[in-house]
Amino acid sequence: MSGNNPAGRPGFLWAAPALLFFGLFGLAPIVVVAYLSLTDWNGLGDPLWAGTTNWENLASDRDAGNGLLITLTLTVLCWATQTPLAMMFGTWAAGHQKIRAVVSSIFFLPLLLSTAAIALIWKALLDPNFGVSAQVGPWVGIPDGNVLGDRTLALYAIVFVLLWQFLPFHMLLYQAAARQIPQDLYEAAEIDGASPAQRFFRITVPQLRHTIIASSVLMIVGSMTYFETVLMLTNGGPGVSTLILPLHMYNQGFVAFDMGYASAIALLLVAIGTGLSLLVVRLSGYSKMTSQREGV
Amino acid sequence: MNNTPRKRFLGGAGAFLALGLVAACGSSGPGDADGIEVWTLEDAAFNVVLEESIETYENAGDTSVEMVTYVNDSYKQRLQVALGSPNAPDIFFNWGGGNLAEYTTEGQVHDLTDALEDNPDVRDAFLPSVLDVAKIDDSYYGLPMLGVQPVVLFHNRPVLEEAGIEPPETYDELLDAIDVLQEDDTTPIVLPGAQGWTQLMWFSYLVDRLGGPEPFEAIVNGEDGAWHDPAVIGAMEMCQDLVDRGAFGTNFSSIDYDNGSASALLATGEAGFFLMGTWNLAQHQDDNPEFLENDELGYTSFPVVADGDGEPSAIVGNPSNFFSVNDAASDKDEAVDFLMETLTSDEYVHGLIDAGSVPPVEGVEDQLEDTEHADFAIYTHELVSEASTFTQSWDQAISPEAAETMLTNLQLLFLGDVTPEEFADNMDGRV
Repeated sequence: MSGNNPAGRPGFLWAAPALLFFGLFGLAPIVVVAYLSLTDWNGLGDPLWAGTTNWENLASDRDAGNGLLITLTLTVLCWATQTPLAMMFGTWAAGHQKIRAVVSSIFFLPLLLSTAAIALIWKALLDPNFGVSAQVGPWVGIPDGNVLGDRTLALYAIVFVLLWQFLPFHMLLYQAAARQIPQDLYEAAEIDGASPAQRFFRITVPQLRHTIIASSVLMIVGSMTYFETVLMLTNGGPGVSTLILPLHMYNQGFVAFDMGYASAIALLLVAIGTGLSLLVVRLSGYSKMTSQREGV
Repeated sequence: MNNTPRKRFLGGAGAFLALGLVAACGSSGPGDADGIEVWTLEDAAFNVVLEESIETYENAGDTSVEMVTYVNDSYKQRLQVALGSPNAPDIFFNWGGGNLAEYTTEGQVHDLTDALEDNPDVRDAFLPSVLDVAKIDDSYYGLPMLGVQPVVLFHNRPVLEEAGIEPPETYDELLDAIDVLQEDDTTPIVLPGAQGWTQLMWFSYLVDRLGGPEPFEAIVNGEDGAWHDPAVIGAMEMCQDLVDRGAFGTNFSSIDYDNGSASALLATGEAGFFLMGTWNLAQHQDDNPEFLENDELGYTSFPVVADGDGEPSAIVGNPSNFFSVNDAASDKDEAVDFLMETLTSDEYVHGLIDAGSVPPVEGVEDQLEDTEHADFAIYTHELVSEASTFTQSWDQAISPEAAETMLTNLQLLFLGDVTPEEFADNMDGRV
């Protein structure tokens, strides 16, 4: 190929399809949404210029502020439950014993189910009269099985269902990463008399740093745009107790048909999602990271 | 190092993406060169009726008609996007009222008033309270095309008999029944409160019984302070009072209508009453057939509130759904002709009855006699023909934007998270 490129990669040309795709389906919509956020449009006819009205409404919208808080709470809870469990199960599943392979392939089952199926299954299980929560509820202090209709429990239920759904995926990341940790490190530690716990915290966790960050970014950015489970489980209810910001955006855009206002919320979500992932990358020093395995 | 396979793979992937782009940009709408395109909701029983009528119409003339069906959830979004584009249908299904007004204000719906003047027998065939739902600014923009579906107060007959309760005719009798049922450890009223529209039924009936149809007309017209009308505030207070009495039990906010659990609670006798649209019968037919066979499903109209200004015969619910003609349709005249020929034809009305619904037309009592649930069908038809007014479900009659806020606030009201005054404040300025 081109002579001045010893690796045989012609640079820009190779990237062109991907860049074109990203521009068309990534950047262009953001620009259009930015324009729509300055208009009043119900999806019919032509958008009417509205100046900053939508943004002013956004500043005074209690559901938006409340939604942002719930979104952040949900993100934190999801991260705090999924990361440790995914790491534990992932490193456990990384072992080569047969039983681990069998058990972990069972664990991976939820990965095969679509989000809609998962939400519908759990909704049925959590039905207050005919679901599992009707039977189990009385034992755990919920005599009427009212989980999805309870202001606090509804959010925990969503966290749990998301955990159930996404744990396998993150487990897979950790499993793959844990298998790449050179065995010599453990052997050396064992010779030095390190306990299993010490080996986990001194070798495994530091070696998984890249994975922790990658999986955390996926979780954080994902939960910013994520809403199907909430839509189907509680639809933001009871009242507005689980009305996360993405769902609020959907409701404004596709239920209330206020596209201009929904666009303003969408931009806010883009900004928050980008900001958060930049923050994670910056705080973790991801950009400066180098491999620790060279020479091993 | 030989990386040829990888190069080939990447090159192939690039080409594939590029092809995808071309294909995506190249596909354009089919256009409506000839024939009428009718958009409606997917509904096995009804779709057959329409198909048969289309066939009859096609055989009689030389216009071809094509029916396109959509699932309920995505239909509004699709229609909203399609209208005004080259892919728009000629005739489209809608809910009348505020939903239809969204399109008429954009000039996208053909005015059918003149066509009805020219076809007085078609106009007079429809039940007036139903036809009026598609009347916007004194013009008719849609024709009723599905069965009438008022909201009635269902009850479980054996449960009421065991408790020694007569179906309540007044609101005070209903309150007494609630107390009695609670003592029997039965949930007095099942309320699928996970969905705000079920709470709306209680609220809108109470407004009507307290103040007649006028308070809601004021809301639809966007009059100042309409939401602060004594009847509206009073109805909100009554809703909260019902919750506080335990009329709906404690876990109503997680009960769902769509999955059939609310209907099952009534059918199994866990609950005594259920305020729901007549379409609820279909759910019992599927899920609790023996409940219907044993004639255990009782029904009455909503109780009368003492000292209220509303008519006892006034009803709330879904008067019908409507077919409207796209103003930009190339074959507008053919589309109007199709509707005039079809919707009140014997074949179509028969079909609706056979499909288990009560058509929105006059003089079908005899035919209803022969149906499977004749008593209920005749009751429904009588209820609608004798109704002083038929108020359309509020969430369909007002703009989608206001409806969204209203349904959220209703949930909050039933949870006790907002007061009636706060609810009214939140609705001010939304039409």
